[in-house]
Amino acid sequence: MSTQTVSSESLQDKRSESALVPDAKFMKQMNDEVKVNVNLCYQCRKCSAGCPMSADMDYTPVQLIHAIRLGLKELVLNSKTMWMCSSCQTCTTRCPQEVDIARIMDAAKIMAIAEGIKPPVSSVHTFNKAALRNIKWFGRMYELGLIGDLKMRTFEFFKDMGLGAKMFFKGKLKIVPSLSPLRTLTTWKIFSRVKKKERSS
Amino acid sequence: MKYAYYPGCSLHSTGAEFDVSFKAVSGKLGIELEEVPGWVCCGTSPAHASSHLLATALPIKNLALAEYAQAKEVAVPCAACYSRFKSALYDIDQDEKLKEDVKEVIGSSFQGKVKVLHPLEIFAGLPVAELKDKVKEKPVNTKVVCYYGCLLTRPPKVMQFDNVEYPMTMDQVLENVGYEVLDWSYKTDCCGATFALTETDAVLRLCEKILKDAQEVGANAIAVACPLCHANLDTRQSDINAKYNTQYNIPIYYFTQLMGLAFGFTPKELGVNKHLTEVPV
Ligand code: SF4
Ligand code: SF4
Repeated sequence: MSTQTVSSESLQDKRSESALVPDAKFMKQMNDEVKVNVNLCYQCRKCSAGCPMSADMDYTPVQLIHAIRLGLKELVLNSKTMWMCSSCQTCTTRCPQEVDIARIMDAAKIMAIAEGIKPPVSSVHTFNKAALRNIKWFGRMYELGLIGDLKMRTFEFFKDMGLGAKMFFKGKLKIVPSLSPLRTLTTWKIFSRVKKKERSS
Repeated sequence: MKYAYYPGCSLHSTGAEFDVSFKAVSGKLGIELEEVPGWVCCGTSPAHASSHLLATALPIKNLALAEYAQAKEVAVPCAACYSRFKSALYDIDQDEKLKEDVKEVIGSSFQGKVKVLHPLEIFAGLPVAELKDKVKEKPVNTKVVCYYGCLLTRPPKVMQFDNVEYPMTMDQVLENVGYEVLDWSYKTDCCGATFALTETDAVLRLCEKILKDAQEVGANAIAVACPLCHANLDTRQSDINAKYNTQYNIPIYYFTQLMGLAFGFTPKELGVNKHLTEVPV
């Protein structure tokens, strides 16, 4: 697979020099966050061989893991890789060293956002934000509202309109969200307590 | 037999036919289902991509609600919800601090005694004769491949559901109700799942491979256990045909719909009419 090798040339193409300056604390920060020792990786590349999304990533999973070990924080957090991860868990399942790669992908997304980095795959982050807003307000996912919200924010009004219409006529999308003040209160409280807790830590 | 039932958001909207058909076959088998009162969304991928605490708290809140309703076992048909529930239980078991934080965040107690089950585990646990007994008409000419997707079996130490790369539970259940079930290579490959609306090209690429293998082994139906898998495989076939110059027209069923058809329910009663890829006549 062509994406399996990233030459140093393309590294320089895509990244500024500063992306290659190691940050001594980065690996520890990651290890603490996901509660695994990334240094256990012995580069067998099983994670990447089985990854269904590696063709759409800029670094394969093993390359991202290696960059974490080298402390290349800026390179990792600006990467497309974690945003193109479908959370299929194949890598985590197959890693002989029990490195939880899928969890590291999530942690990398969370860290990138916390650092104020604009995700290179904006659609995924926009979708996540819209979905979470939806859950917070309705207690449940209200799909038509979510699609509307997404369209307002991405301005891709016509993408998938045909599909949406077909699903709508098949009675697959609800017009009215199912509302319950009690449920909204439940999720609202959980969301705000999580926020408070994460701010204080 | 009585189970608490967590439908999850999809089974109340885009996957409504999974809900309807699960209830229908359960009723036939004498299984009583009681929806968890006041259940909320499990958070699914947007939550675990944003906060580990939130992603753990939402499923545990639902289990706490089930516990409060005196449930001992909760049936969770959506593979994505099922995976979030099992992961949350596993994670709080491994991490005392997370457990304390979760309790604080959900604002209620949680004993951790309630068990999470997938309907496949429930049906596979019934005596075979009981399933066979309910078959009205042995299905003819339906050659099924069973698609488990990512989340039912992975990661195995968390899910503890059948063989991780080569599960057979769904194959056995459908065989027991009279279907011809075929062997194939894409049982646990990824369909692109959560990228349904965002990175559609990736979904088309992955689903094309799944449909191709199903067709090559001679299947004329694919059975699934996940509303995301269903949406991707069912609604994208015309896009796939346009992009890859193919002619797929393979109906995608929830395994509960296939069970229901064998039990003598009409396609309409099982919501088969809601699928976009229609059964060729
Ligand atoms: S599978 Fe595990 S050990 Fe092998 S390269 Fe990937 S992270 Fe490293
Ligand atoms: S979880 Fe993500 S990184 Fe791991 S194999 Fe799946 S898509 Fe690739």
